[in-house]
Amino acid sequence: MAKYLMLKHYRGAPCPEGFVPMDQWTPEEISAHVQYMHDFAAKLEKTGEFVDAQGLAPEGVWVRYDGEGRPPVTDGPFAETKDLIAGWMVIDVDNYERALELAGELSAAPGAGGKPIHEWLELRPFMAAPPTITE
Amino acid sequence: MDEALLRSLTPSVLTVLVRRGADFAAAEDAVQDALVEAVRVWPDDPPRDAKGWLVTVAWRKFLDATRADTARRRREDLVEEEPAPGPAPSVDDTLQLYFLCAHPSLTPSSAVALTLRAVGGLTTRQIAQAYLVPEATMAQRISRAKRTVSGTRLDRPGDVATVLRVLYLVFNEGYSGDLDLAAEAIRLTRQLAAVSDHPEVAGLLALMLLHHARRAARIAPDGGLVPLAEQDRGRWDTGAIAEGVRILQAALARDRLGEFQAQAAIAALHADAPTAAETDWVQIVEWYDELARLTDSPVVRLNRAVAVGEADGPRAGLAALAELDGTLPRYAAVSAYLHERAGDLRTAARLYTEAAGKATDLLERDHLTRQAARLNTRLHAGLDA
Repeated sequence: MAKYLMLKHYRGAPCPEGFVPMDQWTPEEISAHVQYMHDFAAKLEKTGEFVDAQGLAPEGVWVRYDGEGRPPVTDGPFAETKDLIAGWMVIDVDNYERALELAGELSAAPGAGGKPIHEWLELRPFMAAPPTITE
Repeated sequence: MDEALLRSLTPSVLTVLVRRGADFAAAEDAVQDALVEAVRVWPDDPPRDAKGWLVTVAWRKFLDATRADTARRRREDLVEEEPAPGPAPSVDDTLQLYFLCAHPSLTPSSAVALTLRAVGGLTTRQIAQAYLVPEATMAQRISRAKRTVSGTRLDRPGDVATVLRVLYLVFNEGYSGDLDLAAEAIRLTRQLAAVSDHPEVAGLLALMLLHHARRAARIAPDGGLVPLAEQDRGRWDTGAIAEGVRILQAALARDRLGEFQAQAAIAALHADAPTAAETDWVQIVEWYDELARLTDSPVVRLNRAVAVGEADGPRAGLAALAELDGTLPRYAAVSAYLHERAGDLRTAARLYTEAAGKATDLLERDHLTRQAARLNTRLHAGLDA
């Protein structure tokens, strides 16, 4: 039993072969893509493996502490930032193989021409609670 | 109201319903409903016969649910028919329930969830909170698990080993969330030990008690992990240790050694040492040899290398480690520890940093980072002097 994060990137992931930006798809293709995502999440709810799914707006700022009594400093957004996260899905699965299988399935969402987009997803294990028995 | 008593009655009430002809999935739902009702009603109106009360209410819930069902025909049969007293459910029924909930057709996470609900009497919400998943997800996991085992009859003996693996998983999940899964695992294993005389059941119960006994000393006030050697042994629960040792000795006397008894023996040797320095590492190495014969697990051999390092010196430990696969989890951490003991602080610091990067839980990562920082501070101070 382990939780994994499947991370989608706006930017920063390797570009899959034959990549077509979403704004070049037909509206029906976009609807089919969105439907696939919903169905995928619904399926995971049924299998008891779904934890969370969220999308992130592309615009954000950088914030940091600037000393006692001063407002936090903000900066950005930086157009050159390499990595831009688009959203995530968190799953709770029995093993790594299952996590891989699901990530592969999510990456097969349909795009232009109804063909799988082969999007690269980043799969990251959660840090767990320490096991009770260690020695 | 005694919630522990309430929950301990869960398996026997459930088996009564199944004996009367209710299918497992529906019976399990009905028992949950009865438990909820008990929590509501008992504080003001405690029953004289707790189990009888639960059976009556659960049976009525089951009939209500069946009535709402489309299976009209079956319902009528059941309502017409005064529940046959049948053979009184015996301790074997509880055992069968453990087997069913740990059935090999279930994935580990489903078996854990089903065991906690059907045998442990926990609610779906409690289980979901303990495992940090949404309640809806846990509800689906449990109902799928019930469907998976729905064709399985309660009358065939299963394999105790599968049940023990499930209980071990529950125990090892740790202490996250409000629900104390470790204590719950001990309760369920104790209950299993009452209906099964398999020495490995006793071995697992002893193992759990011996580890649980050290719980208070295991976490520092700042939340960090305290390694065994640095724990305040005065904070160990001597009652739990004594019970664990007693159970283990009785199990070992039956001469049917298994991996849980061997693990418990190692835990008992640690528990038995008044100070870390007085630990009987030679005997611990022997038990690791025994354990390696029983399980052939690389993790066991890794732990054995630590024990060899204590029994025969860090050089011997490093030699034992050199025979193992360097990609094993915690290999770098063990190597770091042995290098420090051997006086090679620079290598140890580097390995602690490497181990922290590979840690799979936060407390361990922080602990290893602190070890690296401790050595680096010493090394820098040495250079400046």
